[in-house]
Amino acid sequence: MRLRRRHPARAAEGAPRLLVPFAGGHLDPAVLDAALRIARADGAVFVPAYLIIVPFSIALDSPLTHEVEVALPLLEAVELRAQNAGVPVDARLERGRSLRDALRRLWDVERFDRILLPVSADERAGFDERDVAWILMHAPTETLALRPASGSVRERVAP
Amino acid sequence: MRGRFRILLGAAAGVGKTYRMLQEGRQAATEGVDVVIGYLEPHDRPETAALAEGLETLPRRRVEHQGVTLEELDTEALVRRAPELALIDELAHTNAPGSVNPKRYMDIEVVLDAGVDVISTVNVQHLESLNDTVFELTGVRVRETFPDRILDAADEVVLVDLAPEELQERLRAGKVYPKSRVETALENFFRTENLGSLRQLALRELSEDLEARRETRVLDRDAQQAILERILVLVTPQPSSQRLLRRAWRSAQRLGADIDVLYVRRAGATLPEEQTVALAALRRLAQILGAHFLEEESDDLIATVRATVIDRGTTYVYLGTPERRRLEEALHGAFLSRLIEALPGVDLRIAADRGRRRELGP
Repeated sequence: MRLRRRHPARAAEGAPRLLVPFAGGHLDPAVLDAALRIARADGAVFVPAYLIIVPFSIALDSPLTHEVEVALPLLEAVELRAQNAGVPVDARLERGRSLRDALRRLWDVERFDRILLPVSADERAGFDERDVAWILMHAPTETLALRPASGSVRERVAP
Repeated sequence: MRGRFRILLGAAAGVGKTYRMLQEGRQAATEGVDVVIGYLEPHDRPETAALAEGLETLPRRRVEHQGVTLEELDTEALVRRAPELALIDELAHTNAPGSVNPKRYMDIEVVLDAGVDVISTVNVQHLESLNDTVFELTGVRVRETFPDRILDAADEVVLVDLAPEELQERLRAGKVYPKSRVETALENFFRTENLGSLRQLALRELSEDLEARRETRVLDRDAQQAILERILVLVTPQPSSQRLLRRAWRSAQRLGADIDVLYVRRAGATLPEEQTVALAALRRLAQILGAHFLEEESDDLIATVRATVIDRGTTYVYLGTPERRRLEEALHGAFLSRLIEALPGVDLRIAADRGRRRELGP
């Protein structure tokens, strides 16, 4: 019997890109599942982007060791889940003076065809209503705001 | 025995580095040290020129270039003169074409190797690893840079600090540039926010330098060499390189190592837009992780990696699983075998794609 070699999911050239920004060491698993379903259906590259807020007391270009230690395991867990789901993934770490600033910096330099926004009243777990309003006004592309499933805000994607 | 090297580091021109260098030279001379001014940039500042009076000044080497006479440090004459202490301004300076060494810091290394102590000056914007940062902060691309290892190898690095407002006052008083250039300078490079950012960079650089010295002072040089790790990550403009760099960073944290990131672009090649964006994203990630991003243009990847390993003092090379190109392997041998052969004494780590573990089966 000839074994078929399975290669990791690769995106077609020019494939649409689905951005899922998050922050604070949390990503609602319901949001992740939804993002993976949408990406698979669209043949899109899933771009989970962990956003780091840099306080004004620190230069914006400083290395961010502490925040990176929180972000990397989570980002890798998210990536692994995407790979296991057969969805091409291209993760990002971005920073700014606020979530909005970090997001703006990202979409200013990269193309995205859709943004999936985890919304939460808990600012550690996602974007609050003011952020959502701002993003809907300023995002350069279609934006879906996804409410967390009841009680799932505190649930984490395990690193 | 190699001479001692002291660097006076400043945030910008005009903070008083040259003045401080001369003060230290005069003080040493008072104490009976044989001091020579190897090269001085008086910048037409009378106070600086006055402070140099009474100290022996080495005649400069004159170089004719395209009908213009340029003056440079006469390294050979300085080594022959062999003072105990040489004062050499502006270590990041680029020498006139045709000089033995292209950069002044190389001349300084020759002088140090001859056993002469050296005090020199430099602004933080010239530090190679900060080139992109300075460009982002100030919009000015600094052409004259010097490698970080020069700062690392100095016996002492001293910050010559001046608050932005005081520096602007000095500028307005014509103590830094001629009055005709003051307004333009204040509206451009010498804006308060620029000076504040550069000052912050200089302070950070110095604190990192102090931290590194505190950690390594207990060990002698050979022992340090034996345990210090420096990682080089070979990247391509692909999503997998983001993962590779992040994984290398985690290893670096465990090893207490610095990270360099190298992208080798084929000579003359232009990247498609998608890859240009991916490369920019890698640069941003490198900055967040505190890694130094290097980009080289070459058709010989292995030779370029080898040269970088030598230049950066790399002990550990990190790469993703290389793509097999049968024709290339048939012609030149397997890439990994050639890399191992080219990098004796250097660890290699090939980072696999964790997502493919499932191919191992249950």
